[in-house]
Amino acid sequence: MQHAAIADQTPELHDPHSFITRYIWSQDHKVIAIQYSLTAVFVGLVALVLSGLMRLQLGFPDTFDFIDPSSYLQFVTMHGMIMVIYLLTALLLGGFGNYLIPLMIGARDMVFPYLNMLSYWTYLLSVIVLLASFFVPGGPTGAGWTLYPPQAILQGTPGYDWGIILMLASLAIFIIAFTMGGLNYVTTVLQARTHGMTLMRMPLTIWGIFTATVLGLLAFPALLVSAIMMMLDKVIGTSFFMPALLSLGETLDYTGGSPILFQHLFWFFGHPEVYIVALPAFGMVSDVIATHARKNIFGYRMMVWAIVAIGGLSFVVWAHHMYVSGMHPAFGFFFATTTLIIAVPTAIKVYNWVLTLWRGNIHLTVPMLFAIGFIFTFTHGGLTGLFLGNVTIDLPLSDTYFVVAHFHMVMGVSPIMVLFAAIYHWYPLITGRMFHVGLGKAHFWFTFLGTYAIYLPMHYLGFLGVPRRYFAMDGTDFIPASAQSLNASITISALIVGLSQLLFLYNVFWSLRNGKPAGHNPWGATSLEWQTPEVPPRHGNWGPELPRVYRWAYDYSVPGTEADFIPQNHPEQKGAEG
Amino acid sequence: MNFFKTLGEKPWLDPTMANSDALVAVDPLLASRTALRFIMGIVSVLFFLFIITYLSRSQYPDFQALAGQPWQPFTDPGRLWLNTGILAASSVAMQWGLWSARREQINRAVAGVSMAVFFAVLFLVAQLELWRHLQGMGYYVNTNPANSYFYLLTAVHGLHLLGGLLVLANVVFRVWYDGALTRLSGPLALCTHYWHFLLVVWLLLFALLTSRVETINMLAALCGF
Ligand code: HEM
Ligand SMILES: [Cu+2]
Repeated sequence: MQHAAIADQTPELHDPHSFITRYIWSQDHKVIAIQYSLTAVFVGLVALVLSGLMRLQLGFPDTFDFIDPSSYLQFVTMHGMIMVIYLLTALLLGGFGNYLIPLMIGARDMVFPYLNMLSYWTYLLSVIVLLASFFVPGGPTGAGWTLYPPQAILQGTPGYDWGIILMLASLAIFIIAFTMGGLNYVTTVLQARTHGMTLMRMPLTIWGIFTATVLGLLAFPALLVSAIMMMLDKVIGTSFFMPALLSLGETLDYTGGSPILFQHLFWFFGHPEVYIVALPAFGMVSDVIATHARKNIFGYRMMVWAIVAIGGLSFVVWAHHMYVSGMHPAFGFFFATTTLIIAVPTAIKVYNWVLTLWRGNIHLTVPMLFAIGFIFTFTHGGLTGLFLGNVTIDLPLSDTYFVVAHFHMVMGVSPIMVLFAAIYHWYPLITGRMFHVGLGKAHFWFTFLGTYAIYLPMHYLGFLGVPRRYFAMDGTDFIPASAQSLNASITISALIVGLSQLLFLYNVFWSLRNGKPAGHNPWGATSLEWQTPEVPPRHGNWGPELPRVYRWAYDYSVPGTEADFIPQNHPEQKGAEG
Repeated sequence: MNFFKTLGEKPWLDPTMANSDALVAVDPLLASRTALRFIMGIVSVLFFLFIITYLSRSQYPDFQALAGQPWQPFTDPGRLWLNTGILAASSVAMQWGLWSARREQINRAVAGVSMAVFFAVLFLVAQLELWRHLQGMGYYVNTNPANSYFYLLTAVHGLHLLGGLLVLANVVFRVWYDGALTRLSGPLALCTHYWHFLLVVWLLLFALLTSRVETINMLAALCGF
């Protein structure tokens, strides 16, 4: 373990000088955050392209020769896995967690900067191993992002040899990277807060990131365990998960393993994973909404409780993903009930965002647009989740496009909306420049409306019974032919949405040079990260003295004060005269 | 820190209140202690999950426990006791080194740590020997799920010990390099914690792996498998 005393040293002491120590082998949390983010966005673009290819096949079957059933399954798998783990988890926690934690709690850096650097490089290694599977014989695995055995490692599944091995290895490496980073995030929040920054004065962003990290630290071991055991089944021929079976007319050496065991392990990780990406998003969107509506967040304490409660409950609902695998009816009842209970704190959060907006002084800035967009998509996806949480409704809808629509709304699009809100919101701090507002708004409307054009019809396809993970429809007479025109329209929308992300990329890079200088605190925000002596903050963040915190992060529009916000490090008693 | 009390605070009412748990400066030792608690939590979850799957897997008909019948390798767990003794010796040496470091008896502290390292490495070698012994008897990794679990669990435990050795080396070298051997006791205490923790984990694994069928079945039944 590293013992870097980072508290009250003058930052200049270890300010790195050469380009390499500054930007490559950097231990500065801000640089590491940007390294994490760029890598995550890069693989995310790969996943986006893969989704475009899948949509091309679905919208216009028999048109593209280079997509065959195997490669379709490979695209599905890599798309899903990259999006969930290598993009969302890495960008929310490795990127935003790294950037915001020290700045928002008034620390100079993470408590273990060396470990933090190691975390990034290990993450990069996991990405390289993952992408390498595109180039090995047989290509990447096509087992679906859930990697269910026995099919994941049997002949007949694309990439059953090298593909799955690299996938499992890459996941294990990712988990090691995440654990190193995660230890830093929780320890920093617990041990490195500045004077006066009590836990209940932390912005909700930090609560979200903190709780999500704890979830990750406790849930990823389940994925690690299943990855290790599946790897042994594949490579050494153990029978942890592999039942005795015949494959292609041959009796295999496997004895009586249990595929269901894998499903339990996988979803014991998989469900909390939903909240690992959702909770940081909940936190960040709360702060964006409060800042751009110039209003304190409605029910701060309730929001914190809800985050903690959701985190706890998320460990007891996992088997709602396994209704079709069969289980004792009492368990079905148990998991359906807990699933519905978790909707309560979640709904509370949605109400509180809406109540924060109510009678707020809403500025429809680009971050605010994305935040409001998030409230829509998340409510939408959350409601369909209530349907699927019930056994009797889930059974017919399982493995149809209804499920695809549901989880894209709730854990695909919604966190992405918040990520865009967050990138636009903190861009002035990170780069010192404003982005181009017009481009940003165009990006929002394309993405938001396009999202609905993609996923609303998918719910309907699901009702019709269109199954997911299918390369093409054949011999499915119960599906009307008109479903194909719907599929074509979805594809066109998806391509437009995909292309419109170029607006975003262009904006980000163009504004780096040509954006207006942002100056200090352009949004008039209260939280500490906007109160640094320099923008963008330098190594060590705070100059010679750490900030001192006197209040919570939501003193907006306090009656009787001059400005419509009071920064957290402002000593004056609030409303002293008023 | 009382978590529920913390969650009950109303930060917007009185700007001056609740400075109680505010920190003045990062104390690297406190930070490492927090991190260590998390690490032990994570490692516990890891082994807990392995053990749960073990119990679940044990209820399938092809599972043959490693102890019970005379011909089974751990019916007489003598070798395992030996290894356990070695690991315990390592823990004791660490503890002794820690006590000495606290009393600033540097030579004894260094001797304690060296002995701990020696026994830890010896334990790892002895575990490898045990693997060879089992393979000699025809108990390969993939012949039976019980065997697979034996190799898997010992390997994971050994890797954690190896990780501990790396951290310990790092601690000792850093303190040495700074010429501040008197400040050894803080970080050493954390390492000692971890050592004892791994010893406890090993004792649990030991008990599980040498259990007879009836015991395993009973545990599995308790867990609802
Ligand atoms: C423009 C954006 C996106 C489009 C057009 C898109 C499209 C698709 C398509 C066509 C499938 C395969 C459906 C099937 O054949 O079963 C799929 C699966 C999936 N997508 Fe997306 N997706 C997008 C964004 C995302 C995001 C942001 C996430 C992040 C959570 C995500 C997560 C997944 C997952 C987990 C699967 C399931 C993979 C599997 O079945 O193994 N997608 N997506
Ligand atoms: Cu779930």
